[in-house]
Amino acid sequence: MRTMTRRAMRGVGLLCAAALSLTACGSSEDTGSDEAVSGGDLRAALKEGGSITVWAWEPTLKQVVSDFEKEYPKVKVKLVNAGTGNDQYTALQNAVQAGSGVPDVAQVEYYALGQFALGKSLEDLSRYGADEFKDDYSPGPWNSVTVGDAVYALPMDSGPMALFYNKKVLDKHQIATPTTWDEYLEAARALHAADPKAYIANDTGDAGFTTSMIWQAGGTPFKTRDTEVTVDLTADKGVTAFTEVWQKLLDEKLLAPIENWSDEWYKGLADGTIATLSTGAWMPANFVSGVESASGDWRAAALPQWEKGGEVSSENGGSSLAVMKAGKNKDLAYAFNEYANHSEGVQARIKAGAFPATTADLASPSFLDTPFPYFGGQKANEIFARSASQVPEDWSYLPFQVYANSIFNDSVGKAYVSDTKLAEGLKQWQKAAVTYGNDQGFSVNK
Amino acid sequence: MSAPSFTAEQTSRRSTHRAPATRRAPRRRHTAGRPRRSMVLTLLMGLTALYALMPLAWLVINATKTQKGLLDSFGLWFSGDFALWDNISQTLTYDDGIFVRWFLNTLLYVVVGAGGATFLAVLGGYGLAKFDFAGKRAVFATVIGAVAVPATALAVPTFLMFSKMGLTNTPWAVIIPSLISPFGLYLMWVFAAEAVPTELLEAARMDGSGELRTFFRVALPLLTPGIVTVLLFTMVQTWNNYFLPLIMIKNPDWYPLTLGLNAWNQQASTAGGQPVFNLVITGSLLTIVPLIIAFLLLQRYWQSGLAAGSVKG
Repeated sequence: MRTMTRRAMRGVGLLCAAALSLTACGSSEDTGSDEAVSGGDLRAALKEGGSITVWAWEPTLKQVVSDFEKEYPKVKVKLVNAGTGNDQYTALQNAVQAGSGVPDVAQVEYYALGQFALGKSLEDLSRYGADEFKDDYSPGPWNSVTVGDAVYALPMDSGPMALFYNKKVLDKHQIATPTTWDEYLEAARALHAADPKAYIANDTGDAGFTTSMIWQAGGTPFKTRDTEVTVDLTADKGVTAFTEVWQKLLDEKLLAPIENWSDEWYKGLADGTIATLSTGAWMPANFVSGVESASGDWRAAALPQWEKGGEVSSENGGSSLAVMKAGKNKDLAYAFNEYANHSEGVQARIKAGAFPATTADLASPSFLDTPFPYFGGQKANEIFARSASQVPEDWSYLPFQVYANSIFNDSVGKAYVSDTKLAEGLKQWQKAAVTYGNDQGFSVNK
Repeated sequence: MSAPSFTAEQTSRRSTHRAPATRRAPRRRHTAGRPRRSMVLTLLMGLTALYALMPLAWLVINATKTQKGLLDSFGLWFSGDFALWDNISQTLTYDDGIFVRWFLNTLLYVVVGAGGATFLAVLGGYGLAKFDFAGKRAVFATVIGAVAVPATALAVPTFLMFSKMGLTNTPWAVIIPSLISPFGLYLMWVFAAEAVPTELLEAARMDGSGELRTFFRVALPLLTPGIVTVLLFTMVQTWNNYFLPLIMIKNPDWYPLTLGLNAWNQQASTAGGQPVFNLVITGSLLTIVPLIIAFLLLQRYWQSGLAAGSVKG
């Protein structure tokens, strides 16, 4: 979960999406041809030039766009920040439904891809030969962008998870870095007992984090085959593993009631109120720019394990670039996408602090040996790269995960503020998701 | 703020009558020269004032802090470093000075949108108040109905309509809907009915003045307080408009300030994004300055409007 939209806005956005689906529910016409496009065709298109619009909020793309335009002077790329995460998806959905103003390329987070792919809004990139890139990307992201033979986007970055911890705080209270979630629970107790103002983590209910944890615990609560969807948030083994530990953290009030990405959150990370953070490998850039004053205090470690000695990780966040079916200049759009995510652009983005999804870069010595001054000179990429290779491959998100995540706090969120149990909250979330899915024409849990 | 001038006048008059009756205190008339004091009311007003001014104080104080200072210091007091000027210059130059562009966009939307809305409301309100025609009751019902429909509910249909016309992502998509202000129309209608005596218009007509001339020379000056009120309403509304531009405009080059500041704020919640809370806060401060200036400049017209009717009795 990389973005946190305020709840009010989320509601408004949904209202908008719901209203739209009433008026223009039919899927857009299939305008894409299935003809294969060769590298030669692409080169010709690049030579001829034209202009494309890219909707993305990822800051490192600025550099990529200017490099790309320098290399292909006849191509003009208009980079538009149409909002972050949910805001952008609402806008994109609106544009697709309205049939106008659709960008050529759009940034879509992995968890949201299914929604747009099933809505037939995205171009299948296998006709450009993107289906041959399988080995070039780490398994988590690649599985997220593909359905069968179809490739709906190219992975832009990835978020293999790691445990970031405030070494200064843990050392002060002589708490060892937890390696399992049980140890994590113990550490939470010890820390809060030693300093009532300090918490092991902040959590107010975050769908992205919860699903990532279930993913790591070997859960597969969401399964999709065509329009048949199964949601199992009650008996799934990943779900039960997660709720067991997290319920204890909640019951004993060991989690700081601070929302991710809020200014309070940045403050907590800086002043030691929040002692650890389990999140994606893209986080260091945010530490550097947002938690300046705690430089040197933090370190990275492998994500705690559900079983002692295990080597399983998970993905959190990360996004891809997709070519929109309704876009005007698909060949150029793909050429840009390939440039940004498969060839030269990748290096430029890594230099600017992005975490790659490309295996070659993840394994390159120069990448692995990069010291992180923020983490006291630690070579943190070694930890992240190992994590990237330990992500279970059988995970998938719901084909309406954007909606599901947006209502997460209505049900599961209750567990964080009242006596409702997490398991009960998840059960309610499942119920809401099933109802919504069936209303949308899926056959959920039938 | 939402009470139009004439109701404010009525309520104030009513309360001076009723206030003595509600208390057991000896019945004695209170004149404006010797207002009665009340501890409870003073306290209540004090609290309200505090409640209203706190966010403003917070905004001013925190606009003086750096991004680091914001996170390290207590919210309602200054941090060691005074970075206001630096913040302002950063706000104006960050991201190739896009803030200035947003500012000009907002100005455009307000001048054309709110100005146009006021103009239309004045014309319409005057016409409805002073002329009789078939279907006036239906118009009345429609206007009242339109006042009740929140703009947010109309945003999506408007979006679809504009999208069909190919107007989304252009300034027109913000300006055209802003031109319609049912509340402003209603206000002008009621105000014109009260403030412009029909006898005066008849006299003007008798003297051979045409309708347009009568409107501009006789009615308009009498309507000034109402016009200023409507102008302030529509201005504030357009200046603060968020949802409409949010769904209409995707190109940051056409963002108004509200959307732009939100985009900066959202930056903090993006992987690799730079949190610029200090610029968001300073930008917010700069954003409200023009509104404050507008209020200060227009308030004397507005106040004279409040008083205008009260002596006529």
